[in-house]
Amino acid sequence: MSLSFADLMPILPELFLACAGMVLLVLGALRGNSATPFIGKAVLISFVIAFLILLGVDWGGTSLLNDMLVMDQFAGFLKLLVLLGLMVSVALSFQYLDQIICQRFEYPILILFSGIGMMLMLSANDLLSLYVGLELQSLSLYVLASIRREHLRSAEAGMKYFILGAISSGMLLFGSSILYGFTGATNFEAIADALASDLTPGALIGMVFVLAGLAFKISAVPFHMWTPDVYEGAPTSVTAFFALVPKLAALGLIARLVFIALPAAQDQVMQILWLLAAASMTLGAFAGLAQENIKRLLAYSSIGNMGYAMIGIIAGSQDGVGAMIFYMAIYMIMTAGTFGIVLCMRRNGQAAERIEDLAGLSSNSPYLAYGLAILMFSMSGIPPLAGFFGKLVIFQAAVQAELYVLAVLGVLTSVVAAYYYLRLIKTMFFDDPADAFENEISFSRRAVMMISVLFILLFILKPSMLVDISVNAAGALFAG
Amino acid sequence: MLDVGIEHYLTLASALFTLGVFGIFLNRKNVIVILMCIELMLLAVNINFVAFSAYMGDLTGQVFTMIILTVAAAEAAIGLAILVVFFRTKGSIAVEDISELKG
Repeated sequence: MSLSFADLMPILPELFLACAGMVLLVLGALRGNSATPFIGKAVLISFVIAFLILLGVDWGGTSLLNDMLVMDQFAGFLKLLVLLGLMVSVALSFQYLDQIICQRFEYPILILFSGIGMMLMLSANDLLSLYVGLELQSLSLYVLASIRREHLRSAEAGMKYFILGAISSGMLLFGSSILYGFTGATNFEAIADALASDLTPGALIGMVFVLAGLAFKISAVPFHMWTPDVYEGAPTSVTAFFALVPKLAALGLIARLVFIALPAAQDQVMQILWLLAAASMTLGAFAGLAQENIKRLLAYSSIGNMGYAMIGIIAGSQDGVGAMIFYMAIYMIMTAGTFGIVLCMRRNGQAAERIEDLAGLSSNSPYLAYGLAILMFSMSGIPPLAGFFGKLVIFQAAVQAELYVLAVLGVLTSVVAAYYYLRLIKTMFFDDPADAFENEISFSRRAVMMISVLFILLFILKPSMLVDISVNAAGALFAG
Repeated sequence: MLDVGIEHYLTLASALFTLGVFGIFLNRKNVIVILMCIELMLLAVNINFVAFSAYMGDLTGQVFTMIILTVAAAEAAIGLAILVVFFRTKGSIAVEDISELKG
């Protein structure tokens, strides 16, 4: 069998990013940390170019490299979202890295490599490519979490993330080996065929291990223990990156695995995901109530939001998966704006991360306060902001699939979670003012916050467009 | 003479994997032991893959094993690097000292 370059066309964006990453790595090694600003911009431009290449690539469901990877509508649209998230993460990090005096040229390059891992995950059509993509992403993320290496909290966050992440990879692999043993294949379609003819208990055990390993990556309860610690300890721009992109890629991976490889075991899979979703929503809502640190609060908020997004997968229909994609897109945009504002919380050269540090923000810097208020209203799902539509579409899918208990639980927990979102607003507008934050905000961060808030506000003008695109993209998983 | 069949390999692999997992959660002393346990888990998986591969006469499992070995090496390198970074700031690698972040 010969391999021609034309066969590799569907993964051209990944190939481009990989080459760009290696060139920049050499450049960084030659020039040292003084090249960091340049490399950061180069990485940002690489993402833009990859985005454009991706738009020109065939999304028609071609598989390549012996069915290892597949490039369909689902992978294509999610990759676009991932690339957007990556651009935002890099753009948010410029000024922050400068402020914490952590100009390491590896930082943007690691984001780039983890981005390649995520794009491979979204295209993965084989347990092997799933594992390699996932590890490329995770290994970069472990290093990113501990990149501020002279800081104890950052080192500890990296350590905790690494240990728990390695355990989850081990579980995923153990499950993969059992699935391979009982179905005789690692390709998703071949596994589906084998399971359709004979659903052995052994294969189900393997499936449970694989799902447990992936649940770690999206921090679904009871596999969420690392999330609050890592979010709190990692440098804030890294936390923003963690909150924005990797979970989107992991959820996409879970959706493909569930609907392409495990359709024969749908009942059992959905039971597991049901429990994960219910537990995540509940814990995300209640544990968030007691938090004093804003990064920790956002960690619990993200745990809860993963629960809502999973409802879309559990619904098991094209509309459901479309709702999941749509929800994650909106969540990503809201989180980008929120972290933009969290990054601005600095006083006397120190990061101020407690919620009470926000006190009186409305009188010190009203623009930030109104921006954060809009984002928080949107997060808690108050119409007519975008966050409301995200929840609406998810609960619609749940009700259509007759998941009444999950839908009711989802509404109840989002009411509980609204307490901590609204508490931030109360602190900003009604508490006695604390000292003002440093008020120099770089252009890129300002742009991210502006776009995020405007998107949330103006989304109501044309809500159906993004929903239609998402549902259309989800169709690729239900075509066969 | 005892015939060594697939079930023996699978039992061995499951035992090693369980040892690895328990080693991580019951270990209260040292982070290096945790890294060793992680390695043990991955090697158990490799035994599983090779055993299934030989049993079914299918090469995929052995290819998978080679890839796991490579990735595990990278993973161990990163784990040890993070360990060194942690030791430099904290001056200790005892598990009970990883306690700065909680709540």
